[in-house]
This record gives sequence, structure tokens and C-alpha cells, in this order.
Amino acid sequence: MERVAGLDDESAEWLRLLDPSAADHRAGLDRLHERLLRIARAEVRRRTARIVGPEVDDLAHQAAADAMLAILAKRDTFRGESRFTTWAYRFVILEVSSKLGRHFWRNPPAPLDDEQWERLPDRLGVDPHEHAEARHLAEVVRAAVDETLTEHQRSVFVEVVLHGLPLDALCARDGVTRSAVYKTVFDARRKIRAALVANGYLDPSVRQEESS
Amino acid sequence: MNARERLARFLRTDPRDVGCDEAMAVLHVYADLVAHDAGAATERYPGVAAHLAACGPCREDLTGLLAALSGDV
Ligand SMILES: [Zn+2]
Repeated sequence: MERVAGLDDESAEWLRLLDPSAADHRAGLDRLHERLLRIARAEVRRRTARIVGPEVDDLAHQAAADAMLAILAKRDTFRGESRFTTWAYRFVILEVSSKLGRHFWRNPPAPLDDEQWERLPDRLGVDPHEHAEARHLAEVVRAAVDETLTEHQRSVFVEVVLHGLPLDALCARDGVTRSAVYKTVFDARRKIRAALVANGYLDPSVRQEESS
Repeated sequence: MNARERLARFLRTDPRDVGCDEAMAVLHVYADLVAHDAGAATERYPGVAAHLAACGPCREDLTGLLAALSGDV
């Protein structure tokens, strides 16, 4: 393997260990796997209290194993822009994210038949004392959604914003990337804002530079 | 913050926002910068910082990565 220039000693040592020709390659793999597993366990626990007991271990083992495969497959693309461990740990964190998204459907909340627009103020953190304004707000947003969003944007907006479905759970269910879902919600936010500025509900002078 | 201000804040989009793919592609570099100096990370990657401010799942990934790093030293 090519030596990456300007690397810190610890990162260089990891790269040496991951080279299959190293005498202690096997031990190096074990050491890396042990770390990934420890991080995956801690990360599952940090993110959710919904998963407990052997399921935590199960998920952590899968995440560590998949991260290990990705790291070995991509180690030649490591350019030393970060420490090797930071680069490697990223894989296990991303694996935990996507596995939790899939795991969500093992015990999903009861499906909602209707769009629950009355939830919107709460989702935005509006003070419950402002109920009159909150009701009005939900109505104007709903009208803007009806009038400006495509059917796809609308259904993603409703699931993610109104019903609070985790982005990664939606990705796992529909087989789409997080990036695509985020972009859909981003475009929806932009269009709704433009509609509410146009009809005078929102003040256009606020952060106008960001509406372009 | 009143109801309308909350809505305005939620709907506001930052044109510098690079999206999830680009943010995730440099997450390791960004995390190493944050670990030393959060200001330096924002300065070098303003579009990633804008994304992380708006995207809960990507921010959660960064938090997890930073937690992993802090356990590593
Ligand atoms: Zn994101």
C-alpha cells in the first residue's frame, strides 16, 4: 500500500496493520473490530432507549461487521485528511444510523390515517398558551402546502415534519437516500416560506438573503 | 419566540447548505477540526456547518463521531 504523506504516527501504524502483508495483520483486524464494536454499542445506547438487552449487541455486531468490510474495501481511498481512526469510526457511526432506521420498523408506532395538522405547532415548539395563533398557523401552512407542493413533497413533509417519522426510517422503508429526503423537505420549506411571504403571513425582511 | 417566529425559523433555508451527501463525505475531516476548534471547522466548511445546523440526522452522526473520538484518547 502506498504510504500517505504527512501522516501522524498512530494513523501510519493503523495503515501498516491493515496491510495484509503485515505479520500482525490478523491482530490488527481484531483490534480494529473490537474498537468498532465498542463504539457501535455506545452509539446505539446513546441514540435510543427503545432498544435494550441483546438487541443492542445484535445491532452493534452487525454495524461493526459492516463497517469493517467498508473500511477494508476503501482503505486505499484514505488520504490522511483526518486521523485514520476518525475516518474509520465514521463508517461505524453511519452503519448505526442506517441500521436504526431499519430497526424502527420492527416496532413502529400505530399508523396515522389522517394528516394531523393540529400537531404542527407542537412540532415547531410553539408555546401551548398561544393556541389561537397556533391554530391559525396550522391552517395557513396547510393552505400553502396544498397550493405549492407536489404530491411527493407533500407526503414527505407530512410524514417527516407533521408526524415526526425519523428521516432514516423513511429512507429504510422507501429505499431512498437521506440526502434525497432532506432535499425534498428543504424544497418544501422553501416553497412554503415563499407562499407565506407572498400572502403576508411572514415578514419578507427577515433573513431575506437566505430565501434566494 | 412567538408562533410566527418559530415557523419562520423552521422554514428558513440556508443557500450555503451543501446537503447530506457532501456533509457526510467530509464528516471525518470536519470532526477532527471540531475536536480541536469548532470555529475553524465552520470557517473551512461553511456549507457543511449550515447543513449540520439544519439537518438533525447528520448532526446526530457528527455528535456520535465526536463521542467516539473522545472515548478514544
Ligand atoms: Zn443531512
